[in-house]
Amino acid sequence: MSMKREPTYVGIALLILTIFLTTPVMGETFEDKVLMIATTTSLDDTGLLDVLGPAFEAEVGDNVVVQWLSKGTGVSLEYGKRGDVDLMMVHDRAAEDAFLADGYGTDRRVFAYNYFVLVGPESDPAGVAGMAPADAFDTIMEMGMEDSSVQFVSRGDNSGTHSREKAIWKSAGYEYADIQSAGDWYIEGGQGMGSTLGMADEMGAYTLSDMGTFLAYRGDLDLVSIVEEGDDLLNIYSAILVNPENEPSVNTPLGIAWINFLMSDEVQEIISTYGVEEYGKALFNGAKGNEDVIAVSVDETSLPLEIAA
Amino acid sequence: MNEIISGCITAIHLILTRDPSVMEITMLTLQVTLTAVLIATCISIPLGSCITFREFFGKKYVIGVIQTLYAFPTVIIGLFCFLLLSKSGPLGFLGWLFTPHGMILGQTLLVMPIMTGLTISALQAIPKSITDTIAVLGATSRQFLFTHLREARFAIMATVIVGFSRAISEVGAAIMIGGNIRGHTRILTTSISLNTSMGDIDMSLALGFILLGIALLVNIAMGLVQQR
Repeated sequence: MSMKREPTYVGIALLILTIFLTTPVMGETFEDKVLMIATTTSLDDTGLLDVLGPAFEAEVGDNVVVQWLSKGTGVSLEYGKRGDVDLMMVHDRAAEDAFLADGYGTDRRVFAYNYFVLVGPESDPAGVAGMAPADAFDTIMEMGMEDSSVQFVSRGDNSGTHSREKAIWKSAGYEYADIQSAGDWYIEGGQGMGSTLGMADEMGAYTLSDMGTFLAYRGDLDLVSIVEEGDDLLNIYSAILVNPENEPSVNTPLGIAWINFLMSDEVQEIISTYGVEEYGKALFNGAKGNEDVIAVSVDETSLPLEIAA
Repeated sequence: MNEIISGCITAIHLILTRDPSVMEITMLTLQVTLTAVLIATCISIPLGSCITFREFFGKKYVIGVIQTLYAFPTVIIGLFCFLLLSKSGPLGFLGWLFTPHGMILGQTLLVMPIMTGLTISALQAIPKSITDTIAVLGATSRQFLFTHLREARFAIMATVIVGFSRAISEVGAAIMIGGNIRGHTRILTTSISLNTSMGDIDMSLALGFILLGIALLVNIAMGLVQQR
């Protein structure tokens, strides 16, 4: 039947075209050459991982590829629980402790720290500049109830920054659920740090940010640092391996190599100087040698991991 | 307004200079979407034909369900595939989570209902007189089917275009299944979403124009095929 032929040719042509186009997808890297990391957004948003990833690939060689998912601490730990990644880079000590206690992860090492910062519009409508963090939060809440120009944007996404924000509300004497329902001044953005800073900027609102992301984005924002001192604001970054006993497909050797790489003197130096040129100030501090400042043990910043025989 | 113009200029610049990261993202987008649409076509057209020409109990309801699934939220498809493909899910052994393969699966599932449903509509729209004539001429069931598909080819081609458009423009499933990993699972839409959140409006708009440009080219190509 001649009427059948034309569509057949067209079909075959399309098929060949598609196969041609899709071939590269099929040429995937082997799984044991890939280190899959779930990370807090700040390490990606600041561009630090764009420096560390290729440096690690170059050092290890052997066609190893580092891939990362920029998702916030809560989601990152969830991926780890499910065994979908090899390693997490996170910043929420309490959530990490629970994660380790439940046997989902092993071998936490602290590789960097910086500080959280309360940022807001330069006019500082709640007048909280220079206050202690908890007092500043308390004042924003009280002012927010009365004055519609005082607003606070929360990450609202279970990230490390979000859980720190909740902790500060707690030390200001509030239950978090009460804050959530306290009124229109409290806005839950539900997005990563970069987007949340953008929202706060548009709205002229306050928000809590890690220092690294704020410095990296400051050029595009009208927001300024309002409160950046206080024990409540210490921000500690750790790397944790997914427990291979739960998930045998985890790439533990590469994970161990990555953590040891982070703790090496060279990388600690890279971390401590990252961003100085571009932003005039380092975005992170290396953890090694600063154990007193961040109150963790020397083992946790320096003890190399070994591959079990 | 200025931002839109500068987005246009950026788009043209990125295309003319063949910016490597944009080329990579664009190629991956095409690979994922075309593969998904090809697979979905191979399933949906036979499935749609089958449903149209067979009589079975509850046919009306099956069609109703398929049409309801046109509105399947992309993020729910994403979540569903995430749970399937996660290491702790039933298909975890495939290792497809956070890979282009997983994204192809997601987009295939996403466009199948709409392509199946539109195939059914296309075949049902063929006038009864033609159907009767074909039957009277003593066509075998194979000839019967192919004649109908040929009769409805414009509408079926439109079905493929709609499937392609839905797949290439979706972001929810791709970001949840692929994870938006640079150089690996980052496609045009997830990249637009990321660039917007980073405040890089120019780049977002430029990528948007590139996406529309691809859709235009695909439509022109399909149009040429139709005219034959």
